[in-house]
Amino acid sequence: MTTTNEYQASTATGRIANFVDSRVGASAIVKEFGRKIFPDHWSFMFGEVAMYTFVLLLLSGTFLTFFFDPSMAHVVYNGSYVPMKGLGMSTAMASTMDISFDVRGGLFMRQVHHWSALLFVASLSVHMLRVFFTGAFRRPRELNWVVGGVLLIMGLAAGFTGYSLPDDLLSGNGLRIIDGVMKALPIVGTYLSMFFFGGEFPGEHVIQRLYSLHIMIVPAVIILLIVVHLFMVVTHKHTQYPGPGRTNDNVVGFPVGPVYAAKAGGFFFIVFGIVAFIAGLFQINPIWNYGPYDPSPVSAGTQPDWYIGFVDGALRLMPGTLGNFSFEWIIPFPWGDNTLVLSVLLPALVPAGALFVVMFAWPWIERWVTKDNREHHLLDRPRNAPFRTAMGVAGVIFYSVMWAAASSDLIATHFHVALNDVTYWLRALFFLGPILGFWLTRRICLSLQRKDREIVLHGREAGIIQMSPEGGFSEKHEEVDVYKRYLLTNFVDRQYIPAEPDAAGHISGSEKRRALISKFFFEDRVAPVTPSELEAAHAAHGHHEVEGDMQDSIGK
Amino acid sequence: MGDHSHGSPENSGTVAKADDVAQDRFPDPGLPPHRPRLADRDPRAAKRHERQVALLFTISIIGTLFFFVAYFVLGRLGEMSFAELRVQNAALGLGTAFAMLGIGVGIVHWAKTLMPDHELMEMRHEIRSEEDRQDAVEIVDTVLEESGIKRRPLIRNTLIGAIALAPIPAIFMFRDLDRTGNTANQMIDSLRHTMWDTGIRLTRDPSGTPIKASDVQIGSAFHVVPEGINETENPLNEKAKAVVLLMRMDPAEMQISEGREDWNVDGIVAYSKICTHVGCPIALYEQHTHHLLCPCHQSTFDLTQECKVIFGPAGHALPQLPITVDSEGYLVAQSDFHEPVGPSYWERG
Amino acid sequence: MKALSKKRRHPLAAVALLLFGLLITGSLYTAAGNISEAKAAETTAASQTDVDEGQKLFVANCATCHGMNAEGSDSGPSLIGVGAASVDFQVGTGRMPMQMQGPQAQVKPVQFDDKQISQLSAYVASLGAGPAIPDEEYLDTTQGDAAHGGTVFRVNCAMCHNAAAAGGALTRGKFAPTLTGVTEKHIYEAMATGPQNMPVFNDSNITPEEKRDVITFLKTIEANGSAGGAALGSLGPVAEGLFTWTAGLGIIIAFTIWLTSRPS
Repeated sequence: MTTTNEYQASTATGRIANFVDSRVGASAIVKEFGRKIFPDHWSFMFGEVAMYTFVLLLLSGTFLTFFFDPSMAHVVYNGSYVPMKGLGMSTAMASTMDISFDVRGGLFMRQVHHWSALLFVASLSVHMLRVFFTGAFRRPRELNWVVGGVLLIMGLAAGFTGYSLPDDLLSGNGLRIIDGVMKALPIVGTYLSMFFFGGEFPGEHVIQRLYSLHIMIVPAVIILLIVVHLFMVVTHKHTQYPGPGRTNDNVVGFPVGPVYAAKAGGFFFIVFGIVAFIAGLFQINPIWNYGPYDPSPVSAGTQPDWYIGFVDGALRLMPGTLGNFSFEWIIPFPWGDNTLVLSVLLPALVPAGALFVVMFAWPWIERWVTKDNREHHLLDRPRNAPFRTAMGVAGVIFYSVMWAAASSDLIATHFHVALNDVTYWLRALFFLGPILGFWLTRRICLSLQRKDREIVLHGREAGIIQMSPEGGFSEKHEEVDVYKRYLLTNFVDRQYIPAEPDAAGHISGSEKRRALISKFFFEDRVAPVTPSELEAAHAAHGHHEVEGDMQDSIGK
Repeated sequence: MGDHSHGSPENSGTVAKADDVAQDRFPDPGLPPHRPRLADRDPRAAKRHERQVALLFTISIIGTLFFFVAYFVLGRLGEMSFAELRVQNAALGLGTAFAMLGIGVGIVHWAKTLMPDHELMEMRHEIRSEEDRQDAVEIVDTVLEESGIKRRPLIRNTLIGAIALAPIPAIFMFRDLDRTGNTANQMIDSLRHTMWDTGIRLTRDPSGTPIKASDVQIGSAFHVVPEGINETENPLNEKAKAVVLLMRMDPAEMQISEGREDWNVDGIVAYSKICTHVGCPIALYEQHTHHLLCPCHQSTFDLTQECKVIFGPAGHALPQLPITVDSEGYLVAQSDFHEPVGPSYWERG
Repeated sequence: MKALSKKRRHPLAAVALLLFGLLITGSLYTAAGNISEAKAAETTAASQTDVDEGQKLFVANCATCHGMNAEGSDSGPSLIGVGAASVDFQVGTGRMPMQMQGPQAQVKPVQFDDKQISQLSAYVASLGAGPAIPDEEYLDTTQGDAAHGGTVFRVNCAMCHNAAAAGGALTRGKFAPTLTGVTEKHIYEAMATGPQNMPVFNDSNITPEEKRDVITFLKTIEANGSAGGAALGSLGPVAEGLFTWTAGLGIIIAFTIWLTSRPS
């Protein structure tokens, strides 16, 4: 009712903006976000890459939905591709062939879609690894870590349902394998298989069901989770690497408008351009080579897309029998014998299950062991958290051994080794690799930390040789400047926390276990240099140092 | 130089406190001073950067135009040769790439060189204040109190029962995902039976022509389906259980178990082609080593030992199809398989 | 005389004598062989010449492992009944003579010319009935049906050689090679004879017309190339995944580092 005092814009743009603003309250949003500060580092951009490739998937996918037909009805191919003319196939396969050969730009869009999918899950994984190795999952971001983990699983689901849609020989055999794994589940397995395929394999319904999942349900869940994920990033504000001027209570960086909007917006176009370049010049998923799905033929080199590889690799590594011990157990029951197919269940469920459980639970595991319940907005340099970095590397090796196993036959042909030997080696690495990786990584982290101490205490060799009055030679050392020194010494110094009694004075079993793990993780540690240590070092060695100049600042 | 291992675990030199906010730590020197960029110092450099950004945007425009050329001139509806398709695909890709990269690199170059690069600082806020928490707790208490749910356990308990049961119909609505109309027992039973039966001829896949015993020589590998499979209602469903591999060996090399002596015809044997691991077609036959290799997970079966598993994750041997010859010399099945084919499952027994 | 007897006592005199003797013997042998050849040409068809020459080549190059009469030995199987097609394939692709014993015969540079190969084939064919070198009409890809050939290929061949004929792994270090660059004749012969661990696809398994269809299919996809760009070896998802993690992420990371770096 205060029309007399209301603001009147003078330009046309101003009037439109004012109209909208006075009806939705956009000014408040502009106030909150317009100059919001975001820290700047290239390793923070992987989440962006994931989001942008997801947008590309939505755009290219929408195009494809106008031409793809998921029906499994039998049809005779009569399109442009000569080596398949006259062959019987499902409508799904025929429509994919049409997209590839009879829709202008169709092949290009299919390739953009599939390459984006591979990059989506890859950048998701690298983003997750960055968050893990820098400790960004600590309070208050534990829930966001879980949301991210679910996004990863949804990404795997989107990819699997997607590449199975053309109903070609390669993905069809993948579905066959899923059917076999489903059937192996005790009690419910056969029913699950019948429900999923609408009857016996391959049936006439599964592609349509995968289509519903792929274009509707999974993308809806992903979009919802991305919104939750970003909302939490905005609420918590982004983490930042430690350094001069950066504390746990502030954010140092650039404002959204104009710098961040420009860089992030421009980066979308860059990712789009890179994907378009790859999709134009490199072939992916040539379904015309594989042919329509038929339960009889199979191609050498049958593998799923890379992100499902670790499950396929686990299936390959598992032995069916060890000597006379079979992993297929026939268990007698009063009503008859039932088969427990451990040879399939163990590799399909246990490694993936273990990886995901530890991954999801890690923020709580770390909190429990370190008894650290504070908010952390400053990241760890990976070397300063040897326990976590080493565990992460062990997990990555565990995953990678299975991933490599999925390509065991290609390793054999390309490196001229026997297929069976590749399997034996990878079986050994499956158990020994993570242990070796853990030990080696921890040693490397501790060494790097010691090197940092060296640099702070003694500076860098300046390349100037000096002769003392007595005739001895020594090299002058250049001290690091205050900024670099702060970076090298400002980290969380985690120590071993022995078992502590609770309020009643009793030490519980779980507290004893925690103390053991804490000892294993933190007993070997390297502490940051303190000012008194630096003084002592100066006093002990005299002044060999030269003043470092301002050029030697933090690596930027 | 001397030994400077001040950081060794045994004598780190510092008695570190459990508290992270240590007394003896280097103070924060604050943000490093800002260094101006070339464009900040030199207006001509700024102009040059401006021209570079404009050039990049122009490259983008050219890229977009090139895309249209690729789409309409290089592409045409109708049969394009492979070479033409490959060129068009590359042209579409390059056009799009330049169009997008031109914009992206242009904007980023503009931001990096011309927009201000002073690092700014902003304080973080508490995620939740103690005051808010107390207010919220009070409100929740009031709401619960006014709803009366705590004082009226009858309402609460029946409500929980109703809400717990209400979603269950949604689950059972999906019963007809299985479109066959089979009962549970019929579902399980269907896995035990394939199309093979007494007298059904073995035919070549995909031509469907029957096979004479004399056609099969030592070292052969025939891919076999039952006669009449293409006339069934669901040929692929039948094929998924009934595909068979037919090979011939020297009978002297075969180790035959009791009861299977008449399952082969002069060393011609037929085995299920469906891997007993998770169902891929086995297919690879090495004629000299008599090994059958599955390409999916490398399960290996030895033909001389009735397809016993000798390597890989498969859990049991391939089922054998008992075969014989009919009056005209064609190979026929004596009966269905004596055990379920394909991957194992709970009810297999 | 003195000069001559001095020369006779020259140290190299023995060498000269040896060379002279070899020359005489070789010439005599060649002349005698030619004479007998000429005689033979009068009485039998030219193939008998090939058979004899083939036998000589066989004895010199193959008998060590396959026996003097191709009856086989501990080092190599009998070749009686393998047919001209086997020899034409094995020797024509350079697999034979084999470099070392083992289940996998590797393709090597071909050691004999076409005439010699046909002579060897004629000799082995004369030892016992076996698959013959195919007629031209069954190698004529203009008469074959690529679509049908593709179906036959995928059912019978793709599991070892890969759906795009890029090759694949077998057990214990063996492998099925790629089929690109293999001649139509050799493809046919390999199917017909089942070299090494490859199964035998005789004419009652895959008919000559079907073999022609398979060859037409293979040559069609070879000529087509890859429609979507570089084929990355036609190896499928493994190559694509490797490319994503190396080149794909590599380019992206390069751009992120540039984007966040400080300009001059």
